[in-house]
Amino acid sequence: MSSHYEAPIRKPLVIGEKTYHDITVDVARPVEGRANKLWWRVFAIALIAFLWGVGSMAYTVGTGIGTWGLNKTVGWAWDITNFVWWVGIGHAGTLISAVLLLFRQKWRMAINRSAEAMTIFSVVQAGLFPIIHMGRPWLGYWVLPLPNQFGSLWVNFNSPLLWDVFAISTYLSVSLVFWWTGLLPDFAMLRDRAITPFTKRVYSILSFGWSGRAKDWQRFEEVSLVLAGLATPLVLSVHTIVSFDFATSVIPGWHTTILPPYFVAGAIFSGFAMVTTLLIIMRKVSNLEAYITIQHIELMNIIVMITGSIVGVAYITELWVAWYSGVEYEQYAFLNRATGPYWWSYWLMMTCNVISPQVMWFKKIRTNIMASFIISLIVNVGMWFERFVIIVTSLHRDYLPSSWTMFQPTFVDAGIYIGTIGFFFVLFLLYSRSFPVIAQAEVKTILKSSGEYYKKERDSKENHQSLNH
Amino acid sequence: MYTFSKNLKTFAIVLMVLGLLGIAYGFFSAPKDLDEVKQILTEQAHHGDGGHHVSADAHSDADFEHHAEHVYGQLKNKPWTALYVGSIFVMFVSLGILVFHGINYAASAGWSPVLFRVMEGLSAYLLPGSIIFFLILLASVLGGNHLFIWADDAVVAKDAIIQGKVGYLNVPFFIVRALIFLGGWNLYRVYMRKQSLALDATGDLVYHKKMFKASAGFLAFFIVTESMASWDWIMSIDTHWYSTLFGWYVFASFFVTAITTIAFVTLYLKNKGYLDFVNTSHIHDLAKFMFGLSIFWTYLWFSQFMLQWYSNIPEEVTYFIFRIQEYNLPFFGMLVLNFILPLLLLINTDFKRLTWIVVMAGVCIIIGHYIDFFLMIAPGTVGGSWFIGVEEIGSLMFFIGLFIFVGFNAISKAPLLAKNNPLIEESKHFHY
Repeated sequence: MSSHYEAPIRKPLVIGEKTYHDITVDVARPVEGRANKLWWRVFAIALIAFLWGVGSMAYTVGTGIGTWGLNKTVGWAWDITNFVWWVGIGHAGTLISAVLLLFRQKWRMAINRSAEAMTIFSVVQAGLFPIIHMGRPWLGYWVLPLPNQFGSLWVNFNSPLLWDVFAISTYLSVSLVFWWTGLLPDFAMLRDRAITPFTKRVYSILSFGWSGRAKDWQRFEEVSLVLAGLATPLVLSVHTIVSFDFATSVIPGWHTTILPPYFVAGAIFSGFAMVTTLLIIMRKVSNLEAYITIQHIELMNIIVMITGSIVGVAYITELWVAWYSGVEYEQYAFLNRATGPYWWSYWLMMTCNVISPQVMWFKKIRTNIMASFIISLIVNVGMWFERFVIIVTSLHRDYLPSSWTMFQPTFVDAGIYIGTIGFFFVLFLLYSRSFPVIAQAEVKTILKSSGEYYKKERDSKENHQSLNH
Repeated sequence: MYTFSKNLKTFAIVLMVLGLLGIAYGFFSAPKDLDEVKQILTEQAHHGDGGHHVSADAHSDADFEHHAEHVYGQLKNKPWTALYVGSIFVMFVSLGILVFHGINYAASAGWSPVLFRVMEGLSAYLLPGSIIFFLILLASVLGGNHLFIWADDAVVAKDAIIQGKVGYLNVPFFIVRALIFLGGWNLYRVYMRKQSLALDATGDLVYHKKMFKASAGFLAFFIVTESMASWDWIMSIDTHWYSTLFGWYVFASFFVTAITTIAFVTLYLKNKGYLDFVNTSHIHDLAKFMFGLSIFWTYLWFSQFMLQWYSNIPEEVTYFIFRIQEYNLPFFGMLVLNFILPLLLLINTDFKRLTWIVVMAGVCIIIGHYIDFFLMIAPGTVGGSWFIGVEEIGSLMFFIGLFIFVGFNAISKAPLLAKNNPLIEESKHFHY
């Protein structure tokens, strides 16, 4: 009994009189039912956006990078901004499934599945950019250290862009394995409930013959823990390596040692905001309000608030050190951010990232669904601008005033970005209709300790006992 | 209730006395004037320290004079540096304990409440520790020594880079900042202790809520003030150098040491039979934090080092070049103590429950992070004339003795189980 004890002051994580069967039915319902008109409409919009993006990419590769708004000074802009933004969003998924697992946060169970899906789909979007921003993407495979007929011509391992290749590909593979392992018991559940031979066949293949024996569960738990232990340093290192792309350079505004942990904090910040955005919609349309409760939203908001504060401290640190360093280039880089031609993007970023999460200190706001939804969107806008500000404002004015210039995106830049958003939602919408969006096997493990009904039972029993004594 | 054992009290007092003797020895053995230094230097040259010292006639007299003055300054700083490193290290460790307590409180942790009284007790050192530290700080910027070169008007007058920083690095503002940081942390500590005892006495959850809110507020205050304190008290010693990561790096260093200290004291008290409600799962969790944060510290160390090494910008890379040239063994040796050994010792689940393994890894961590603090401070104050000898060890002994004395005294003042904490039952039943 000792391990099942839970303090009475903890709030329930499953609302209502749910049984194990109810959880199964609730999770399986969206998969087993048919998509409604709304789903098809949204899906169609996402698909069109995606196809538009495919067209933009084809146009870029066919015609050349010159179709973008880049110039000789600003060689990185929307491409890498979007790349870092998507990778950053992907981080919350691993954070929720791995870091919160290590910290034994039971509330993660209702949200980890979707967060991991979000990770994978957004890393896929991120992965497009390193390829399409190449001048000769068909030679992209040259980044791999493969033996070849050029006298074994190798890559130089000193470039953070190469580390990116390893980081992102490892990250995607590990996340995928981690996600799929967790899905096995849930796919097995769908397999066992399937009525049509087709779905039976599909979920049989997906669930790898999971039969839920004690030994399997034991190993399953161990694997999850080991993968969580590996994914946590991985998630830190991936965004760290992404930050190295800038921090190892000698560009004022880029070369700063705080970038690694600050990019990671920013990634958690934007990733959690995206999870909040998605889950607020999902709990409504998939009728999962009993599992993704206000408390879940509140806790996600608190993480947004904490990481937002960390990011805020990092901004102030950068600003202060720029002044303290006495290096005029560094000082000018920050003066340029605040008062130069892109002042609006800097102040937009500051407002969205530093001020907006601070309202979460008020319980009224962080437990308000509408407010959380709006702020989560604001945060993602802010985090896009953070990357934009770091990349573009540091490049367009640096050491030599004779190379100062401006950056103007073209419709192709925008088209590709919109395309990745479309692609992301195509994947996410398909996922939400074919995958169990809540890790039902995990939620069932906390039902009796953290379910509202069981908590009430326990309270009344205790009261009863104390009356007798 | 814990009673402060006679043996431990004597041990603490002996540490303090021996430590004081060591500190005093440092101040007495420091060279009194330039001639003494010249004599030392000449002797070193004659004894022929291998090929390290170039023979005296290769130098012109002016060079020798200049070199002697330089070394004189370093040797005068040496006992002060020893004192300074010991006092800031142990004070930051007690601050780290306070922060860990605050994080556990704000996170509503269910495993740790049985350890709260240990943390509350040990953080009692913060008050005397910060008073002593503040006095040393005051002596340092008011001309007692030469730890902070920016506090010397004669240096500033000749140094254009420091002149640009005077808006921040000036004595009055520096002292006011120190007062705010230390005052804020101590106020929180006193407040938390008071509420905690009130919760014990009354069982009124109002006190619990107050502590929860105070912890959240404190952590926000802490993240800002800790960064600034690291710039002020450590980074400003190498006045020309700067790194944005520095504040968080310092935090990681003392935070992991703080958790190790909590683990040590918990193991000690448990061995004495005072903490029956603490089981190996609690130790396991503490050891996991030691393990994880050791890696986290290494991550920050590597990020800071690698980025400056990679881009090799002369203004900032000198910081590391000097350390690698003059402090080679401690600089790389600390990576073994702070990263490799804890990593290997604490990766195994069963090992994390064994007292002797946790102690072994913990000793590495504590020594390693003392060296880390030494490496952050000494190169800027004593330069190449460093040595970890009587005064360094004496200073550490004195502050550890005081830490034990104050900490265990505070632990003996309240029951070891915070009985009305709403999460205490969960913590008592904790099994992992």
